Amino acid sequence: MARAAGAQAVTPALRVAALTRYWGGFRANDAIDLSLAPGARHALIGPNGAGKTTLVNLLAGVHAPTSGRIYLGDEDITQLPQHRRVGLGLARTFQINTLFAGLTVIESVVLAVCERTGASRHWLRTVAGRKAEIAEAQALLAMLGLEADAGSVTRNLPYGKQRLVEIALALATRPRILLLDEPAAGIPAGESAALFEALSRLPAEMTLLLIEHDMDLVFRFAERITVLVGGSVLMEGTPADVAADARVKAVYLGEDVHA
Amino acid sequence: MSTIAGILFDGIAYGSLLFLIGVGLSVTLGLMNFVNLAHGAFAMLGGYATVVAMNRLGVPFLACLPIAFAVSAIAGVVLERLLYQRLYRASHLDQVLFSIGIAFMAIAAATYFFGPGQQPVSLPQFLRGQVNVLGVDLGAYRLFLVAVVAVVTLVLAWLVARTRFGAQVRAAVDNQQAAAGVGIHVNRIFALTFALGSGLAGLGGALGVDVLGLDPTFPVKYMVYFLLVVAVGGAGSIKGTLVAALVLGIFDVAGKYYVPQAGAFVIYALMLVLLLVFPAGLYGRRA
Amino acid sequence: MPDGRWSRREVAFWLAPVAAFFLLPGHLVLGSQILIAALFALSLDLILGYAGIVSLGHAAFFGTGAYAAGLLAVHGWGEPLTGLAAGGLAAAVLGFATSFLVVRGSDLTRLMVTLGIGLLLFEAANKAAFITGGVDGLSGVVMWKLLGVFSFDLKGRTAYLYSLVVLFLLFLLVRRLVHSPFGLALRGIKEGGRRMPAIGAPVARHLVRAYTISAAIAGVAGALLAQTTQFVGLDVLGFPRSAELLIMLVLGGAGMLYGGLVGAAVFLAAQDWLAGINPAYWQFWLGLLLVLVVLFARGGLLGALATWRARRGRRP
Repeated sequence: MARAAGAQAVTPALRVAALTRYWGGFRANDAIDLSLAPGARHALIGPNGAGKTTLVNLLAGVHAPTSGRIYLGDEDITQLPQHRRVGLGLARTFQINTLFAGLTVIESVVLAVCERTGASRHWLRTVAGRKAEIAEAQALLAMLGLEADAGSVTRNLPYGKQRLVEIALALATRPRILLLDEPAAGIPAGESAALFEALSRLPAEMTLLLIEHDMDLVFRFAERITVLVGGSVLMEGTPADVAADARVKAVYLGEDVHA
Repeated sequence: MSTIAGILFDGIAYGSLLFLIGVGLSVTLGLMNFVNLAHGAFAMLGGYATVVAMNRLGVPFLACLPIAFAVSAIAGVVLERLLYQRLYRASHLDQVLFSIGIAFMAIAAATYFFGPGQQPVSLPQFLRGQVNVLGVDLGAYRLFLVAVVAVVTLVLAWLVARTRFGAQVRAAVDNQQAAAGVGIHVNRIFALTFALGSGLAGLGGALGVDVLGLDPTFPVKYMVYFLLVVAVGGAGSIKGTLVAALVLGIFDVAGKYYVPQAGAFVIYALMLVLLLVFPAGLYGRRA
Repeated sequence: MPDGRWSRREVAFWLAPVAAFFLLPGHLVLGSQILIAALFALSLDLILGYAGIVSLGHAAFFGTGAYAAGLLAVHGWGEPLTGLAAGGLAAAVLGFATSFLVVRGSDLTRLMVTLGIGLLLFEAANKAAFITGGVDGLSGVVMWKLLGVFSFDLKGRTAYLYSLVVLFLLFLLVRRLVHSPFGLALRGIKEGGRRMPAIGAPVARHLVRAYTISAAIAGVAGALLAQTTQFVGLDVLGFPRSAELLIMLVLGGAGMLYGGLVGAAVFLAAQDWLAGINPAYWQFWLGLLLVLVVLFARGGLLGALATWRARRGRRP
């Protein structure tokens, strides 16, 4: 897969400068620098409590940073609320399923599509009449292998399928940058194949930031890895660099890090 | 000058009463995340217990106070174990409707047993009249009220800060799952806290018969004020409830004195303004 | 996907009030009350059943509409339809203005804000007795002929049909809204409030819109009451009216479009029958009913009905 090389030559798709977040006295994220080239396949790893989800929440706009800036392309989005960032092409999935429990799968995805196209402002035509949005939603479900579950109510789906709906909702916003917060969470290590399938079929131009514990997934997927420990960046490099680094091995003492 | 002191004092007295009744609601809301609109019914129960004890059983007023506390506390535990605990995970709408239902039943029961009128309570001689404090004439009963609430507040503060029970409550308010994880019997904490809150409400109801009056519509009439105090102070915060109660008490008394045409308008408007600026309450936890 | 088609049960449902007009001519006054309450409940269902906003002060809009229409008539303009529009508009303005308070904060804050606004308005109307008539109420609401033809008769026939037509037309509007993408967005807010901003939804904007529309409809209901009873009492703004509304909606089942209508009918019919016997008993049984509904039948009557039919369908 062709990749945009040399991040200095092209404006980064997503850039973070000295991003810091305090919760009272506790430093969840400390002066983090991160830069993703367009089309990057970047992973963020680190032990529990390292601040990975906090970083995703800062990027997505759920919390405001204590200091630091976030750039989407050329734009400074630090002050922008969540939904406006989505409009600019930044989407995220949640570590814990955050779905529309009572809506069916197709309703959920159609909703996401309608929010993007602005159809949600309209109240005089029925949803069934929005053929374009429904077709797009159905195509998205087909891409993720969820066509058969379109009519099922989300809360009745098995967990693995719900994780896929998590991704479908994010993809429905047609993001340029997608933040995946532990998409394999709760899925047994051997069964992450379907998930990896879905990730590998994502467009090459889409910039992906993957937060994961499943090292199999990380090392198969990532071109660059950032290691976060105690709220700060420990190191950043290629998978080979990370696997060989002594400090990373020390942090993951006892974990199986691929050589 | 003495008028201002008088109004301030009256406001503090009124606010103290609101605090006493409202603190249980605040902790219940902060701890169990339960919106209990029937909280006023426990205060009412304390009030009627006092009336029955004094007028029909001849118990002296001061002795009625612990009785009122006990009766409401026991009622609280019973209701909590039987009914309330089933709804801790329910939506706030369900909790609102459920507690309105309880309140309605309490009002109907009170009407049935005591009739719809105001209940008279004759205060003991030493609590009537005025007392001169620093050149200002203050109502003796209001003075007594403030004193009782001050003592209760200190006991509460001690309970929360210095005892194991208090630590357990604080832990459970902060993070229920983690608290259960370290072996805290969360259910028992809930029951005891609910009992304590209801008991305090009962005590407040007993003390308030003279100041607020007592009739079957008490829970609905004053529910707004308790909710107001809790919402403005920040659910789960005892300090917040105290501050909010005092502020609102003073403003209500001052408002009714200086702008009688506006009536309760002042207090509602103040509440809206405060909630606009502090959506989670003055000492609320969610920023 | 909601497609707006009418089921046979829906058609049958709407034939009932029409039939009642001919079969129960002695009960048309109660019938009008039920129709007006149904419209009021429908307005609450929009924000509570669909968007998930719990309001303890919806009577503020009902009362605003009532006083607006009533005052218009008292001061010389008794044309019914414009009066309705005035009521709806006044309530919509209030709804829009207060919506910004309602879309922020936690559940409890919202409860307090909606309650507080209702109480504020009640106090204001009480103190401004020189406008509203205060505790004595606003009388002298004289209505001209409806459409220039039908006068409001004492038996309540014009009032009943008037209310029915208004209810039906606004119901059609709400039905359309609920089945539209906007309606889907409202359901999204209720079902997954945290996910909505993450898919780019302007939640606050959606809620402001829904709240304003809901207020307008409540205002029209209030205006209807003023016009059909030719009187406006302070109770149109009171907390008991907001609380009863909430009960009616939950009794029938929120979020199902018809729940408020069913709940209003059952509640008012029961109240008419039972409260006459002994008001205190009514309050007790109402309280008990509420407790039981919450514990055992959260979906209200329609919810229980749906569950029962689903179980029947599943049996071989």
